[in-house]
Amino acid sequence: MEIIINGDKILLPESVKTVSDLLSHFQLNNKIAIVEVNLNIINKQDYEITTLSNGDKVEIVHFVGGG
Amino acid sequence: MTDRYSRQELFAPIGKEGQKKIAAKHVLIIGAGALGTGNAEAFVRAGIGKITIIDRDYVEWSNLQRQQLYSEEDAKERLPKAIAAKQRLERINSNVVIEAIVGDATARELQLIMEENKPHLIIDATDNFETRMVINDISQKYRIPWIYGACVGSYGISYVILPGKTPCLNCLLETVPLGGLTCDTAGIISPAVQMVVAYQVTEALKILVEDWKSLRNKLVSFDLWKNQHTAIRVDKVKKVTCPSCGEKPTYPYLSYDLQTKTAVLCGRDSVQIRPAVRQDRDLGELAELLAKQGIQVEKNPYLLSFTADGHRLVVFKDGRVLVHGTKDMIEAKTLYNRYLG
Repeated sequence: MEIIINGDKILLPESVKTVSDLLSHFQLNNKIAIVEVNLNIINKQDYEITTLSNGDKVEIVHFVGGG
Repeated sequence: MTDRYSRQELFAPIGKEGQKKIAAKHVLIIGAGALGTGNAEAFVRAGIGKITIIDRDYVEWSNLQRQQLYSEEDAKERLPKAIAAKQRLERINSNVVIEAIVGDATARELQLIMEENKPHLIIDATDNFETRMVINDISQKYRIPWIYGACVGSYGISYVILPGKTPCLNCLLETVPLGGLTCDTAGIISPAVQMVVAYQVTEALKILVEDWKSLRNKLVSFDLWKNQHTAIRVDKVKKVTCPSCGEKPTYPYLSYDLQTKTAVLCGRDSVQIRPAVRQDRDLGELAELLAKQGIQVEKNPYLLSFTADGHRLVVFKDGRVLVHGTKDMIEAKTLYNRYLG
């Protein structure tokens, strides 16, 4: 599946089906993030049940603490 | 002197009126590391009325790569960051009132600042989420906007929190992220700092000249090395049940904080110990006491340091102690009690 993440077209392996899979794929699953799919923010408790489709536009912002 | 701010006044959204407003404003900067020094220099050059800058640490060599107000002298002398920052800022603009606080930005300390001299805006320049949650509750309780900013590696993030309008940090995070995120295992490059500073200062200037409609209103993040930039509208994340900004706020981080006495300083391999009750220490007396035990002591007017049992201990005048070379709170407390308790 090919989706657009933060403006870049990214080809994802078959194993990535949900938002939760996507965060694991980018090793962001242990971080706190805001995820937007096609302009809708996804609730954290819905990451596992929110499936992605070809061509979806996803924005991911993860929180960091340094400064 | 008279045309000092002429270029900023020529910028139409600020103008002469905006400049007057900036000159009448007070900003509290929490942290005097990379983000804190960048923000502070920008506000002071822009002709802010007053800044208060609070920091618990002192200048080290590894800071000089990106913490723009400090020099080699400051690192050699181990000057507290708040003091070194004030000295440099006063040379940049002598018209600005600069209040430096060498201390921990605890709920107690921040509430004191709010009661005594309420600022118009708070800038987050801390390096940990625990303090940010305290800032978040302070902002809600005293109805003062604050600007979150953070960076690691070539990545940075920022968001403006307006009490009563936007979601707060507690709405966005839901929990305090545990370790890893703040530790600088990934390092940091100075342009990532400067980019976050640019976002923070620009939004701050809009707030200071009261140009509310020009605010960005989006959570912004970037990765300068990976050439990425993202902005998300997060208004919908605001929760009416939020304990910090909801309908029945309890400001949980203002009371929780009072229990915190020991903190591991991320990426520093150090533990900070803070006495339960704030008590100034007589550094001269302590130096004598340690010298009698054959311990070599280094001292400046703000802090004292010595090495014992293979660890360097740094004692600040306000009673705080940094134990270097460990992340183990128990070991740190043992050393604290052995030499200072």
